[in-house]
Amino acid sequence: MPSLSYIAALNQALRDEMARDERVCIFGEDVCLGLTGITKGLAEAHDGRVVDTPLSEQAFTSLATGAAIAGQRPVVEFQIPSLLYLVFEQIANQAHKFSLMTGGQASVPVTYLVPGSGSRSGMAGQHSDHPYSLLAHVGVKTAVPATPSDAYGLLLSAIREPDPVAVFAPTLLMGTSEEIDGDLDAVPLGSARTHREGTDVTVVAVGHLVPVALQVAADLAGEASVEVIDPRTVYPVDWETLGKSISRTGRLVVIDDSNRMCGFGAEIAATAAEEFGLAVPPKRVSRPDGAVIPYALNLDHALLPDALELTKAIRAVLRR
Amino acid sequence: MRLIREFEEHCLEMAVAGTIVGGIHPYIGQEAVAVGVSAHLREDDVITSTHRGHGHVLAKGADPKRTLAELYGASTGLNRGRGGSMHAADVGLGVYGANGIVGAGAPIAVGAAWAARRQGRDQQVAVAYFGDGALSQGVVLEAFNLAALWSLPVLFVCENNGYAISLPVDRGLAGDPVRRAAGFGLTAEAVDGMDVEAVTEAAGRAVAACRAGGGPHFLECVTYRFRGHHTVEHLMGINYRDEAEVASWTERDPLARQRARLAPAVADEVDAEIAALIAEAVAFAGSSPGSDPRDALDYLYAGTAPTRPGA
Ligand SMILES: Cc1ncc(C[n+]2csc(CCOP(=O)(O)OP(=O)(O)O)c2C)c(N)n1
Repeated sequence: MPSLSYIAALNQALRDEMARDERVCIFGEDVCLGLTGITKGLAEAHDGRVVDTPLSEQAFTSLATGAAIAGQRPVVEFQIPSLLYLVFEQIANQAHKFSLMTGGQASVPVTYLVPGSGSRSGMAGQHSDHPYSLLAHVGVKTAVPATPSDAYGLLLSAIREPDPVAVFAPTLLMGTSEEIDGDLDAVPLGSARTHREGTDVTVVAVGHLVPVALQVAADLAGEASVEVIDPRTVYPVDWETLGKSISRTGRLVVIDDSNRMCGFGAEIAATAAEEFGLAVPPKRVSRPDGAVIPYALNLDHALLPDALELTKAIRAVLRR
Repeated sequence: MRLIREFEEHCLEMAVAGTIVGGIHPYIGQEAVAVGVSAHLREDDVITSTHRGHGHVLAKGADPKRTLAELYGASTGLNRGRGGSMHAADVGLGVYGANGIVGAGAPIAVGAAWAARRQGRDQQVAVAYFGDGALSQGVVLEAFNLAALWSLPVLFVCENNGYAISLPVDRGLAGDPVRRAAGFGLTAEAVDGMDVEAVTEAAGRAVAACRAGGGPHFLECVTYRFRGHHTVEHLMGINYRDEAEVASWTERDPLARQRARLAPAVADEVDAEIAALIAEAVAFAGSSPGSDPRDALDYLYAGTAPTRPGA
């Protein structure tokens, strides 16, 4: 069975989609070289379709919008997740709103690719954010793939989607690999994946916290039967799959590497409380409110949701 | 010009009456710019416009009936009542939207030009309209850089009407617009934006050069808005321009200037034709059905994403 790395999966998705659809093009900084590895080799294979931009995030984000309206399928790669704050206007206010504001005259099929998202261990305040909740709040379709095959499949779907879609590739997964048997396929946006079945409690996790949740579930195997579900896209959410699981187990823990206030975990917990017949109140494991990641490694790690906190939260909901 | 002027005069009435709920940013006084530039634009050319966009949209050929209906919020409007004055768009005509964020359209126009070149439509140009205030937006300067770097067929049209709301241009802008644009490698010049013949002449050269592969151009059209920044301005009791200044500019009304160049019979004929068009637009917009509140979020996504209700 061939082994596929997370970065190679993203690269393969771009490669396949560029070959299949000549409208697909890539904008970003150092993308010809393939600094992150994701766009490596694509510039040579597709003359003029991989474009190294100057350090002009605001302009090239809206350039992609204009090109998309004019019939291209641009993928924009950002070097740092917090650059999304710089281009929030261009994504939230321009690209996302265009379809509604024009009464459906046009769509904006742009993909925003955000590799290296989340703490990079020691990169401090401005390089450690994982801002997927932010775009979900605005209504931008947002994927956070947890495995190489999901990374491949979700990026493929993102590029094919007629709307803007953000794809976050968490730092802690960039170096991971997966044995692949069979063909890689597109993964529909809004489709959750049940990684492990269980009967006592549902754990919802995305991105790099999926393997953490699976490890915890395995460790607790003698004590509790833990179901682990990855929504894969934080917007739209596959409420059907989540609802079925949560209604069955009656217990929920969400682990979410965004800030607690208005974070993705808050939405899952609120919806579960409103609609899914919880037996006990849900628990969230997340970064603290308004967290800014400090430089010192022990401080950095102290703020991130981890296996220990998840274990405690699972035990707490099981006790009640 | 007459169409834009009459359209806007009617809009002012409707804004006061509350039919146009959000009010408008009147273009009155600046008509020569949109008309002079659009004289050279083909249907497949792209424009991005501003919060003061009626003139640009109409001059590019948008149907006055549907444009007015849009301002009424009617389902027959250009944007099915979802855009209104500040977002009026006709994508099929290359109108990528008026825009409520100052300067935001410039990089979108650059993107359209990039796509046109990529798709082999070498003869297509993109025009980005913006005001003097937008020259202080970083994204506009980034757009200059990209367009010049990649030699894209973009015409940046700066309508310098002297003010960004109440801020006079000499208190908002260091240096000179033309020199600023030239510094990015754009071919740049200033033109009398109160004279449609002058704008037409300069825009003609710029558009032709863009089509011929001459890279991006910049046109500073020195103009003036005769009315307030927005139709609610008079209610706010603010004042930043003295009457003598306004009067000196209204004496240079681009419509009066052009009328003097036409045979009176021709001018009268144009006036009558426009009056009929406006009457037709008013009747169309006035009798158009509104929208169903249950459909308020239609068109949010081009693809699928089930949107949950708020309550
Ligand atoms: C980025 C941004 N800042 C502020 C505003 C509020 N605003 C709307 S129009 C305007 C003035 C714009 O001046 P200018 O670009 O010269 O255009 P004009 O109104 O003179 O046509 C301002 C400050 C805005 N819409 N966008």
